[in-house]
Amino acid sequence: MNPIFKSHEKDFMRIEADQVCVDYNGTVALYDASLNLKAGSICGLVGMNGAGKSTFFKALMGFVRPSRGKIRINGIKVNQAQKEQSVAYVPQNEGIDYSFPVSVWDVVMMGRYGAMNIFRIPRESDRRAVVHALERVDLLDLRERPIGSLSGGQRKRAFLARAIAQRASVLLLDEPFSGVDVPTEKLMAELFLQFRQEGHTILISTHDLNHVRDFCDFVVLINKTVLAYGETSEVFTSENLNKTFGGIPPNPLSGPTSSKDFVNE
Amino acid sequence: MSEFLISITPIDWLLDPLTHDFMRRALMVSALVGGVCGLLSCYMTLKGWALMGDAVSHAVMPGVVVAYALGLPFSLGAFVFGVGSVALIGFVKQKSRIKEDTVIGLVFTGFFALGLVLVSKIKSNIDLMQILFGSPLGISRSDVNQTLIISFIVISILLIFRKDLMLYCFDAKHARSIGINTGILHYLLLTLLSLSAVVGLQTVGIILVVAMLITPGATAYLLTDRFDQMTLLAVISSSFSSFLGVYISYWSDIETGGSIVLVQTLIFLIAFLFAPRYGIFKNQSLIKND
Repeated sequence: MNPIFKSHEKDFMRIEADQVCVDYNGTVALYDASLNLKAGSICGLVGMNGAGKSTFFKALMGFVRPSRGKIRINGIKVNQAQKEQSVAYVPQNEGIDYSFPVSVWDVVMMGRYGAMNIFRIPRESDRRAVVHALERVDLLDLRERPIGSLSGGQRKRAFLARAIAQRASVLLLDEPFSGVDVPTEKLMAELFLQFRQEGHTILISTHDLNHVRDFCDFVVLINKTVLAYGETSEVFTSENLNKTFGGIPPNPLSGPTSSKDFVNE
Repeated sequence: MSEFLISITPIDWLLDPLTHDFMRRALMVSALVGGVCGLLSCYMTLKGWALMGDAVSHAVMPGVVVAYALGLPFSLGAFVFGVGSVALIGFVKQKSRIKEDTVIGLVFTGFFALGLVLVSKIKSNIDLMQILFGSPLGISRSDVNQTLIISFIVISILLIFRKDLMLYCFDAKHARSIGINTGILHYLLLTLLSLSAVVGLQTVGIILVVAMLITPGATAYLLTDRFDQMTLLAVISSSFSSFLGVYISYWSDIETGGSIVLVQTLIFLIAFLFAPRYGIFKNQSLIKND
């Protein structure tokens, strides 16, 4: 495993958000959102569309500037943490142009750009990191294939490999379970557990409650602010979920339900 | 005329124009400009900036007129108005509720109209047809120098920031999350677009320069799944089109800009029909093996 993670104590805070407010042209999208995530944790960020979930996510990634409050990643400002390659972002499958002329190898190599010089010429160490990352997601054999020729699950794995190649300590995943097949889901479950052991912190933005229950140690429920936050078993109560979804979810705590039931997407 | 055409050998066809100084210059400039625009066209097509290319190339019109009137290098005026139009588009979009494509259409036609009015009002020896349709056969020495300098700048920047710009077109969020300043890349690409439009309008003119900025990229995009190959194919097809276009224009006495763009369009059509993987008549065995 990567030595930089061993040097940190287990209760080292990877993500700290303190009373974060974000507004767009005067409209409040998020207020007083606070969150502390220590090294080696997997956290689900749950909320309806338009509830400020993606705004919170964008604020953590430094894409929007909070009007109030502060955010620290590994104890430093977000843009500094980004320069140190500490934050990896795994996009939604829908957010990517899959007809773009790049191979799986090219995509994973993009995870190394931040560590390269201005010309982005890969060194031997970069190539090793890419090979290693591709092995971990079981895509090494498909490395020469165009990214668009992969299945939904394979595409997700390619972008996970990019995050692995980046060697980031904080992983932000946007709707990672949508359009993913069962083998990929199993592989993701294993990977997430390995990441946790290595001291990574994973934040998963999703509206898929079943997966949150299966994958996440912690849950943050969002509706314009942090409604509830804590260990999954304690936070996932009908009352909290009602507050989050405005009474929409049909009995989310039992039985196999699909994510489609919960949101108007 | 037709008897004359039949009587010449292919060697003559190739070599005869090279005996003229103006033709050597036209061929060199056109091929270079084709290469520059071809390289940039990959980014334009992948980023979805075809309309932006159209806008910037039209918006440089008043700049060219003003520069000629003031005796400045025309590229300077064109560049100022190209970048100015981009800034204005960004400003109007941000400050109003109007959608981006409307703003783009609105700004560039406004600039273009201003250019037309200026041409008719400023008494000078500006040839409107030359600005609108280009005239590589009549390009002057000082224009050649400007083209060389601008081409060198554009190619250098595109080569240095090749990977960053590619990443920006593919996944700007990732670029940002690893600490790359995507705002700078955005304006860098727009600046390169303005500069390429400036050199492109010399050969094919303002109206057709957008073809130079998208057609080679679109052709190459149908032929490959590799970014590096795409840029190479775009540059080759674009330079070749310019070269062939100028030759055809010389021998059959047709308008040069139209000739170049028509060759480009024909190459695109061939790719569109017969590209191995993405053409209309694609090779089915290739798809199955994948």
